[in-house]
Amino acid sequence: MEGTNRQIFVKGMRDGIPIGLGYFAVAFTLGIAAKNAGMTAWQATLTSLLLNASAGEYIGFTLIAANAGYLEVMVMEAVANARYLLMSCALSQKISIKTGLLHRLLLGFYVTDEIFGVSVSVPGMLRPLYSYGVIAVAAPGWALGTGLGVLLGNILPLRLSSALSVALYGMFAAVFVPPARENKVIAGLVLFSFGASFVFHRAGLFAGISSGSKIILLTVAISLAAAVLFPVTEKPEKGEAV
Amino acid sequence: MKGNVYAYIFVMAVTTYLIRVLPLTLIRKEISNVTIRSFLYYVPYVTLAVMTFPAILSATRSPVSGGVAFLAAIGLAWTGKSLFQVSVLSCGVVFLLELFL
Repeated sequence: MEGTNRQIFVKGMRDGIPIGLGYFAVAFTLGIAAKNAGMTAWQATLTSLLLNASAGEYIGFTLIAANAGYLEVMVMEAVANARYLLMSCALSQKISIKTGLLHRLLLGFYVTDEIFGVSVSVPGMLRPLYSYGVIAVAAPGWALGTGLGVLLGNILPLRLSSALSVALYGMFAAVFVPPARENKVIAGLVLFSFGASFVFHRAGLFAGISSGSKIILLTVAISLAAAVLFPVTEKPEKGEAV
Repeated sequence: MKGNVYAYIFVMAVTTYLIRVLPLTLIRKEISNVTIRSFLYYVPYVTLAVMTFPAILSATRSPVSGGVAFLAAIGLAWTGKSLFQVSVLSCGVVFLLELFL
């Protein structure tokens, strides 16, 4: 990406606004789950500050409510968040090899679906400052939403929370649609992913699999098939992503 | 609850962080294997598509508003609207539509 440090950071902050809005709405409902698990607003906010993972936190709150053992919590967290392992691998190829350890530790802390999504789709190499801009706006929305969800429960008008809940998906579309428009393989892949995901969610055969596991299973299977069928040979610097 | 809440939070946070940070800190060079490179190239698009649909249909109060927002988001992104515009306009579509649903 091109620009001064300041421009890069501000660009990140701007892209962080829809993420923060979506986070706020989603975290609000997460806060209600935390409250049901017997957690205080502070504990729920702390969890969100440290985890930044919707499915992971939701499963965690559910397990806490069920008096689960620590080992079980650990295993379930690993399963629910396994997709971040893939995203982290992809991100490692998106940053300069000269990127220092501190940047890697910080970037790693905030590998979420959304922050990863916008970070990995910037043109050329990712400058960590861009991600920090996104995080500066989005992370407070997530933590604040969780805490307020515990405190205020169902006060946010249903109509408003319903509308806000699509913010994240709109953002996802803004990430995968433009490259799909330029690249037929990506377009086909996106359509195939919609279909496969739909079948997975509908078919009774997969009812026992958590949504986090479905995401990773589909991601690995489809991306791997695509990698074998349509290998990308050109250097990433010239392409749009990764 | 039986265990200590802070111990639970600690276990959750450490497990999640290790998963996220290990590849980023351990993979220090450019991967040259074409299949792995291609795999990592496709991962973001596939995973975002999988997460979007059909989840968006159950995110809103009615699957109809979710479905229309889904199509609107794709259309808006197709015409080159920014991340913020696509996102906020999709929310607007749901809000307006649910006034009538």
